[in-house]
Amino acid sequence: MTDRSGVEVRLENLVRRYGTVTALDGLSLTLAPGELVALLGPSGCGKTTALRLLAGLEEADGGRIVIAGNDVTGLPANRRNIGMVFQAYSLFPHMVAWENVAFGLQMRHVSAVERKKRALDMLDLVGLARFANRYASQMSGGQQQRVALARALAIQPQVLLLDEPLSALDAKVRSRLRDEIRRVQLEVGITTLFVTHDQEEALAIADRVGVMQSGKLEQLGPPTLVYSRPATPFVADFVGLTNRMQGTVRGGSVEVRGTSIPLVQPDVSDGPAIALIRPEAVSIDGNGGTDEGPLVGTVIAVAFLGAVSRVTVDLGDTTVLAQLPTSSASQHPAGTRVRLALRTDPVLIQREEPAPTAS
Amino acid sequence: MIAAGNPAVATNVGRPLAGGRRFSLDWIGVVPFLAYAGLFLLLPSTIIALGAFVNADGAFTLENYQHLSRSYVVKSTVDTTVISAVTAVAGAILGALLSYAIVMGSPNGVLRRLVVSASGVLAQFGGVTLAFAFIASIGPAGFVYLFAQAHGFDYYTHGIWLFERTGLGLVYLYFQIPLMVLVFLPALDGIKPQWREATESLGGNTWHYWRHVAGPLLFPAFLGATLLLFANAFSAYATANALINQGQPMLSQQIGGALSSEVGAFEPGFAKAIAVEMIVIVTLVTVLYSLLQRRTSRWL
Ligand SMILES: Nc1ncnc2c1ncn2[C@@H]1O[C@H](COP(=O)(O)OP(=O)(O)OP(=O)(O)O)[C@@H](O)[C@H]1O
Ligand SMILES: [Mg+2]
Repeated sequence: MTDRSGVEVRLENLVRRYGTVTALDGLSLTLAPGELVALLGPSGCGKTTALRLLAGLEEADGGRIVIAGNDVTGLPANRRNIGMVFQAYSLFPHMVAWENVAFGLQMRHVSAVERKKRALDMLDLVGLARFANRYASQMSGGQQQRVALARALAIQPQVLLLDEPLSALDAKVRSRLRDEIRRVQLEVGITTLFVTHDQEEALAIADRVGVMQSGKLEQLGPPTLVYSRPATPFVADFVGLTNRMQGTVRGGSVEVRGTSIPLVQPDVSDGPAIALIRPEAVSIDGNGGTDEGPLVGTVIAVAFLGAVSRVTVDLGDTTVLAQLPTSSASQHPAGTRVRLALRTDPVLIQREEPAPTAS
Repeated sequence: MIAAGNPAVATNVGRPLAGGRRFSLDWIGVVPFLAYAGLFLLLPSTIIALGAFVNADGAFTLENYQHLSRSYVVKSTVDTTVISAVTAVAGAILGALLSYAIVMGSPNGVLRRLVVSASGVLAQFGGVTLAFAFIASIGPAGFVYLFAQAHGFDYYTHGIWLFERTGLGLVYLYFQIPLMVLVFLPALDGIKPQWREATESLGGNTWHYWRHVAGPLLFPAFLGATLLLFANAFSAYATANALINQGQPMLSQQIGGALSSEVGAFEPGFAKAIAVEMIVIVTLVTVLYSLLQRRTSRWL
């Protein structure tokens, strides 16, 4: 396909207000050339707003947008050269697939012959050459979104924006199309911002994941880092499942139910805190039998997720999620007593109130 | 008016029918409709069409149909067509603009609810009531006219146009515009904001959007609605009759004329022939209309 090295995209301190609602509250984010960044965050945190500002569909109340070194903050959408794939199906219903893909080229006065040829090439890229003459109403949701991707890329944009392009699809089509989008993006080498509220999707597709909350970026980093080293309790909570367990900080580590776990940020004062522990850091150490102890409890539910299973254990005063290989989880059906073990990977803590003994 | 049974034009979800080949009992559902249409539409039409072949002595004749070429019937046909076409086009344009203003506003706003419910009532407003409303307000003894006249604005200096075709057209607009709103609003609602944004992000401007996207999408619905408005005006009777009792410009009035002995000859067979002419014209328009509908429903 057209070989083009991506450009750098910089969002600087973007602010956007709707009446009293501040949708973006000083968002800063830089995308490296050719990089795919996934913006992840709960509903209403401002993901779509960020995307629409970048696309020029919405005006910023403050801040700058710089694409390839050019300030485009005041430029209207139709002069930004940005490809966009919308959440809901946005194909023009009165045009067949190739006409949709060719539309942007028509706007750029490409000759009729040339634009049909290039539209068919693009459809080929997304694996839909056979569907060139179908109307949107004659295609599945996944096919429509692939045509939308081809349409967005046909104009050879500098930046590609996708706003939850997969959210209307069922799980299987979803993960297939997700990989497809990534393949195409890598092939074209275009700088891409991908908005989603599905963390699995974000972690699977992105070079870097940006986690947003209340119009701000909480953390930006590679998926593995965002998952294993969440920068804030919010990120830990939002990305992946987290056990919140009562503990006591003492000398740079936190003691949770008899196990001492190092802290990610050790320089905090001693005192009670809540440790955020991933289910995969909790394992089943063996049958609990008639033992007593802080980590002995009863299995109350087992959820099979394929290769792994998630086991809910009642420890009396709290319940804990443990994620294990299905083979070992199946030895502990609901009702059995088990002894848990906590892995001693560094964890984040959260404090509900300031530590009583500030030293 | 034939509008009553046709409130939602562009909304039909015309997906291609799937798997209709095997034996199925789906058709049972339409039996009541077919029975109704047969009893109240086809049967009377057939009786009228056949009745027009019978003369006063009960013998077969082609005379009634031949009489359709009488100059006053031809003139009436032309007049009716012109008035219907003019009020249909004007009503369609004004109604479409009004609909557009409504969809630009908030979807549950006061304006929308007000206009839609008013249209529902006004589209059915016709006959003596409507004619009287106009006569009592802007007629030569109406309060609006008297007020305007008293302030030096006499809009009847060149004749009382309210009782002529101009006036009839104006009165017709009173139900044509609301009907257009009812019929066209669903089509406008079907236009998604993402299409405009997609056009913009692909490099198009407002003109491109209307020229290549919204225009082509709405045009069949617009044309279809215009045809519906035409048929609506073409078959109206009571309003015209209440407003204009001299000259009888409308075709529907000619039927009345042929049936009443006071004007001259009492010609029931001829009246039926005129009715058949009207049925044919309205049917043609309706067929065109449904062809257009089929086209839009493939997209929306
Ligand atoms: N056009 C608008 N008018 C008023 N408020 C708006 C508008 N668009 C967005 N908002 C508000 O701005 C905030 C951010 O909205 P945004 O659509 O960016 O969220 P999001 O992260 O995309 O959420 P979701 O995951 O639900 O799509 C929300 O509180 C929303 O209510
Ligand atoms: Mg959104």
